[in-house]
Amino acid sequence: MKTNLKLNTMFLILIIFLFPLFSFAQPISSNELIGNAKNYDGKEIAYAGEAVGDVMLRKENAWVNIHDGDNAIGVWMSGSFAKEINYTGSHKSIGDKLEVAGIFHRACPEHGGDMDIHANDVRKIKDGRMISEKTDPAKKGLALILWGVLVLIWILTLFRRK
Amino acid sequence: MILRPRLEDLKIIGFYLGKIILGLALVMLIPILTGLLFKEINPVLDFGIAVAISVITGMLLVRICRTEKDLNWMQGMVVVSLSWVAAMFLSAVPLYLSGHYRSFLDSCFETMSGFTTTGLTLVRDLDHLSYTHNLWRHLGPFIGGQGIAIVVLSLFIKGTSGAFRMYVGEGRDEKLLPNVINTARFIWLISIIYLIIGTIGLGITGISIGLKPVNAFFHGVCIFMAGFDTAGFSPQSQNILYYHSLVFEVVTIVIMIAGSLNFNFHYQLWIGNRKEMARNIESRTFFISAMLTFFIVAIGLNQLGIYPKAIVLFRKGFFQLISAHTTTGYMTIYAQQFIAEWGSLALAGLICAMALGGCICSTAGGIKMLRVGIIAKAFKEDLKRIIMPGSAIVTEKFHHIKEIFLDDKQVRSVLIITLAYIILYVIGALIGMFYGYPFLESLFESTSAAANVGLSCGITNAGMPTALKVTYIIQMWAGRLEFISIFTLIGFLAAALKGK
Repeated sequence: MKTNLKLNTMFLILIIFLFPLFSFAQPISSNELIGNAKNYDGKEIAYAGEAVGDVMLRKENAWVNIHDGDNAIGVWMSGSFAKEINYTGSHKSIGDKLEVAGIFHRACPEHGGDMDIHANDVRKIKDGRMISEKTDPAKKGLALILWGVLVLIWILTLFRRK
Repeated sequence: MILRPRLEDLKIIGFYLGKIILGLALVMLIPILTGLLFKEINPVLDFGIAVAISVITGMLLVRICRTEKDLNWMQGMVVVSLSWVAAMFLSAVPLYLSGHYRSFLDSCFETMSGFTTTGLTLVRDLDHLSYTHNLWRHLGPFIGGQGIAIVVLSLFIKGTSGAFRMYVGEGRDEKLLPNVINTARFIWLISIIYLIIGTIGLGITGISIGLKPVNAFFHGVCIFMAGFDTAGFSPQSQNILYYHSLVFEVVTIVIMIAGSLNFNFHYQLWIGNRKEMARNIESRTFFISAMLTFFIVAIGLNQLGIYPKAIVLFRKGFFQLISAHTTTGYMTIYAQQFIAEWGSLALAGLICAMALGGCICSTAGGIKMLRVGIIAKAFKEDLKRIIMPGSAIVTEKFHHIKEIFLDDKQVRSVLIITLAYIILYVIGALIGMFYGYPFLESLFESTSAAANVGLSCGITNAGMPTALKVTYIIQMWAGRLEFISIFTLIGFLAAALKGK
């Protein structure tokens, strides 16, 4: 009896922790969504990619543009989900990779006909990070050579003038 | 008998070309300062390399070809067409070094697209591009919109006749002020005042819709430069759709329309003549053709029923239509949607709007409103001739700053340029079809390139055939310079090869 209870509790805990994993179906690519928007219109879909640009807070909600490698699609999500985003993609950072489960709109009536996703659930599948930029030695060398040539030409023209 | 160009011709061309290149190098200091501000090391190095190459090239040309002589018509036209090619190659260097372009040709495509205020793009992973490179992409249209040669030479040369020849060579034939240098400077003054107002407006809008203040003003300056100069570049891959904001779209529409209007209208407003806009043949033609083409687009979209409400249809349809008609190329939908969702009729409406274009003496491309208006007037005159008795004297006039009587010579020159544009649209479409793209898509993309619009239905991407990239580069170049200086360059090259 005690063993059964223990097993049931463990099973329950497992379900609670694993449920979010199952609530996200196989992500659909942006090309597929844009190319066959009519088929997915109003349906619950999963979409995954890197959060890019700004997290644009609008009252209790926010717009986050998520790029899956081909296109970025705007995701309308609750501000509480948006607050979990630490990094967004830019020149100096790689954005958090997010997976979204939500309703896809071919032409959202609420948002002026934008193609968008209204998120029901969002989870972070990979943390973003800052990119540390190191000087490219080849570029540095080339720049030095070219500026050297430039100074040389300038000096030569000065001598020629004299 | 064709005369081979003399060494003196080459020297004069080389000298002025060198000056233009030196001017371009000077402009490259702006992204360098931006890069230093944002602490972007490698992008600054990219521009350091490009500046050095440009200064070496420019300096050598100026030193070797030093002359005091002013340009004649042929030399002026050749300098203009060559300066656009030189600017394309030199400006492409930092973009290529960014690593965001598949090949040097792709970065040349990008710079030609920018300078000609087209806005078709081959950039990859735009959302991770540095501020430095992004600013350069948007500065291109701002310089090219006013005219590369005239911008530089209005600052550096003394003679006004040579400058006037280049002014005409860059597709402008109207002077706002008696002196062309003063006209160019006035155009700059207007552009910079609008830039400040537009950047502040877009920056404040950006902050209100949730952008970080730095990004809001950076996007503001970029969107203004590419919008007012009817280029349609944007700092993010989703273009204007990125902002998900009606207010942002409305502000952008105002900027696009302002950019596509004749600089003469801005001048008339400046001197207090507000009635000119209402009376001018160009503004009237623009209003009528925008309404007609929007009507076609709206019927097409309504037939397919993709937009659930009339207001939504209006918002999407009108934005894309104004973007096409002003030849800007901003989009609030995805390129693939044009083909997958918009249908043939709406696309035909957009193609018509793109082909017609904005006003002359603006940064817009296409056939242009003055020409369309004159053709309509000529039709009206001919119809009157048929209807009225043979002895009747039929005249037609139009208002463009002043009252002008229509004459056959004027109509002839307008029809020649219009025909040249139509041929350019068709040639690009045929080449697209040769590579297996359907007719409507090929015509859409070809018209977009040749009319310097920048809307894309998806053909333009890094993976498209190389020959098609080259075709679009030539179309953008020819469309922006309105053919004459390019015909002169071809004639000059033919004379150099076959002349005596």
